[in-house]
Amino acid sequence: MNALLIAVFLPLAGALVLALVRSLALAGWLNLGFCAGSLAAAVWLALQILRGGDLTGDGFHVDAFNVYLVVLTALVGLTTAIFSRPYMAHVCRDGQVSEGRMRLYHSMFQGFLFTMLLALTTDNLGVLWVAVEGATLATVLLVSLYRTPESVEAAWKYFILCGVGIALALFGTVLVYFAAQHALADVAEGLSWSALYAGADRLHPTVMAIAFVFLLVGYGTKVGLVPLHNWLPDAHSEGPTPMSAVLSGLLLNVALYAVVRFKMLVDGALAATDKAAVAGHLMMGFGLLSFLVAGLFLHRQRDIKRLFSYSSIEHMGLMTFAFGIGGPLATFGGLLHMLVHSLTKSAIFITVGHATHIAGTQTIEHIRGMIRTQPAVGWGLLLGVAAIAGFPPFGVFTSEFLLLSATMQSWPWLTTALLFGLVVAFAGLFRHLHPMVYGKAPEGQQPVAANMLPVMAHLGLVLWLGIAIPVALSRWLDQATFLITGSHLL
Amino acid sequence: MNLMQLTLLEQAVFVLAALVLFLSFAMLAQARLLAGIHVFAWQGAVLAAATGLVAAGGAPHLFISAALTLALKALLIPWMLHRLVRRLELERHVEPLQHPALVLMAGAGLVIFSYWVVVPIERLELVTTRNILSLSLAVVLIGLLIMVTRRQAVTQVIGFMSMENGLFLAAVAATHGMPLVVELGVAFDVLVAAVLFGVFFLHINESIESLDVDRLNRLSAREDDT
Repeated sequence: MNALLIAVFLPLAGALVLALVRSLALAGWLNLGFCAGSLAAAVWLALQILRGGDLTGDGFHVDAFNVYLVVLTALVGLTTAIFSRPYMAHVCRDGQVSEGRMRLYHSMFQGFLFTMLLALTTDNLGVLWVAVEGATLATVLLVSLYRTPESVEAAWKYFILCGVGIALALFGTVLVYFAAQHALADVAEGLSWSALYAGADRLHPTVMAIAFVFLLVGYGTKVGLVPLHNWLPDAHSEGPTPMSAVLSGLLLNVALYAVVRFKMLVDGALAATDKAAVAGHLMMGFGLLSFLVAGLFLHRQRDIKRLFSYSSIEHMGLMTFAFGIGGPLATFGGLLHMLVHSLTKSAIFITVGHATHIAGTQTIEHIRGMIRTQPAVGWGLLLGVAAIAGFPPFGVFTSEFLLLSATMQSWPWLTTALLFGLVVAFAGLFRHLHPMVYGKAPEGQQPVAANMLPVMAHLGLVLWLGIAIPVALSRWLDQATFLITGSHLL
Repeated sequence: MNLMQLTLLEQAVFVLAALVLFLSFAMLAQARLLAGIHVFAWQGAVLAAATGLVAAGGAPHLFISAALTLALKALLIPWMLHRLVRRLELERHVEPLQHPALVLMAGAGLVIFSYWVVVPIERLELVTTRNILSLSLAVVLIGLLIMVTRRQAVTQVIGFMSMENGLFLAAVAATHGMPLVVELGVAFDVLVAAVLFGVFFLHINESIESLDVDRLNRLSAREDDT
C-alpha cells in the first residue's frame, strides 16, 4: 500500500512544490526528481502485485492490468521530463514563454501525472471520472501555453469537446450507479469497481447497455475515436512538444483503460442475455472506423505534429478494435500494443521536438535533410516511424501481427479492412518522412543540443519487445488478459 | 403513471425537476447574454431546492450537495460570469437565435428522444425515477444543443454548465446522490472549469478581439486547403 500511495501522491506533492519554485533550472531538475521517485515506487508496487496478487482497499484497486499501465505512465513521465528540461529551457530562452508560465507548466506536468495515476489505480468509478476530467483541466492551459491565436483556439476546442464528452461519461456512470443500487446488497459500494465486478451478473442488463453507450462516447472522446477526434490533432500540434508526448502516450491509454474496465462490467451483466457481445461490437465498429479514417487523413497533413496525432488516432482505433473483439489473443495483442505504441509515440514526439527546433517550423515542407544536419535526430525519426508503421523487428509489428491473427480467427473478412488500413497508414507516413529525413537541407541549418537518450531507451525497449518478450512480462500481460477475458493465452 | 400515488414530497421533486427542464428551454431561446446568465442562476437555485427536498425525504447527506449546488451553481459561477461580461463590456450584447422555431422544435424532439431512450428502464419499479432520468437526460442534451447553436463563448459556457446541472439532477433524483467523495470531486472540477473558462474568455478576446467562437477557425482552415 505504501508503494501505491507514494507512486500516486508524489506527483501531487510535486505539483504543489513546483508551483512555488521560481528558479527555472531548479524546477526542471525537481520535475525530473519527482518523476524518478514516482517511477521507483511504481516498480516497487508492480513487484508487490506480481508476487502477492491483487491489492484492494481504501478506495484503490490494483491488479495486473492496471499496474502495468502505472509503470508505463511513470516511465514515460520520467523520460519526457528528461527531455522537457533542456527543451523547455530552450523555448524559454527563445522568449516564447515567460517564467511565470514555466512555473505553471512544471506544476501542471506533475498535476497531469497525478490525475493519470489516480485514474488508473482508483477503485471508485466516480473518482475515475473526476481524475480523467482533472487531466483535461490540468492540460488545457498547457495547450495554450504559447498564447498564439492558434493555440488558444486549440485549447478552447479541447476544453469544450472533452468537457462535453466527459459529461456524457458521467451520465453513464450515474446509470451504472443506478443499476448497482438495484443489484448490490451494500448500496454504498455502488461505485466500487471490484464490488460491481463481483456482482456483475446481477446488474440490470438493459440499464448497463444504455450506460455503456454513454460511457463509450464519453471516454471515447478522450481516446480520440472518430468522429469525436477533432480536438486531438489541434491539442497535440499547438501545445508544447513534451505535452504532445504525454498526451499521446498516456492520456489516450488511460481513457481506453476506462472503457475496457466498463466493458468488463457490461459483459458480465449481459452474459446471460441474447445480446452478450453488444459492447464488444460497438467498440469494434468505432475502432475500425477510427483506424481507417485516421489512416486516410495521414496523407493530407502538412504539420508534422498533426501527422503523428493522426497516427495516434489510428493506433488507438486499432486497440479499441482489439479489445472489442475480446478473446485472449486479441486482448493480449491489445495490451502489448498499448505498451509499444506509448513507448514509440512518445519517442517520436521527442524527436519531432528536436526536429522542429532545428528547422524552426512545424511545417513538413520546410523540415528537410535531418539526417545530414543532425544524424541522431534524423535516425531517431527514421527508426521511430519505421517502428510505428509496424516494421519488423519492432514491437509494434509483433502486436499488430497478433491482432491480425486474432481477427483472422474470429472475423476473417475484417482482415482485409485491417490490412488495407495498415498499408494506407504506412504510405501516409513514409511519403512525408522520406524528404524530411533525406531531402536537401536548407542553407545554414544548424544542429541543436539534443538529448536523444529517452528516444534511444524507448526504441531500444520496443526493439527488445519485438525480438523477444521477456518471460516475466509475457506472464504479466497474460495475467492481465486472464483478468479481462477470463482465460489464459499462454 | 399516476401522480396521486406519490407522496407530496416526491411530487414536489418532480415539479422542480420539470422546472429545471423548462429553464433549459428558456436558456435555449434567450438572446440577451445577461438574461441568459440569470436563467442559469435560477436553474441552479431550483436544482438546489430539488436536492434539498430529496435530502429531506430521507437522504440527509444530500443537504451538503444542496448547499454546494446553491453556492456554486446559483451564486458563485453566475457571479463570475456576470463580472467577466461586465469586464469585457458585453452587457448589451444581443445574439439573436438563428432559426428559433427550428431550434426549439429540436429541443422538443430531444425531450421525446430522452423519454424513448429511458423507456427500457421503466420496468425497474420506481416511476418517478424513470421520469426524472429522462428529464435530466433532456437537460443534458439541450445543454449540448445550446452549445451547438450558439457562437458566443459565454453562451457556450452556459450550455456546458447547464449540462452539468442535468447530470447532477440525474444523480440526485435517480440514485439519491453519488457518494460524497465523488460529489466533492465533481464540484471541484466544475469550479476549476469555471475559473479556466474565465481565463479563456480573456485569451480569446485578446487573440480575435471578440468572443465569437465561429471566428476561431484557423486550425480548421489549415486542414481544409491541403
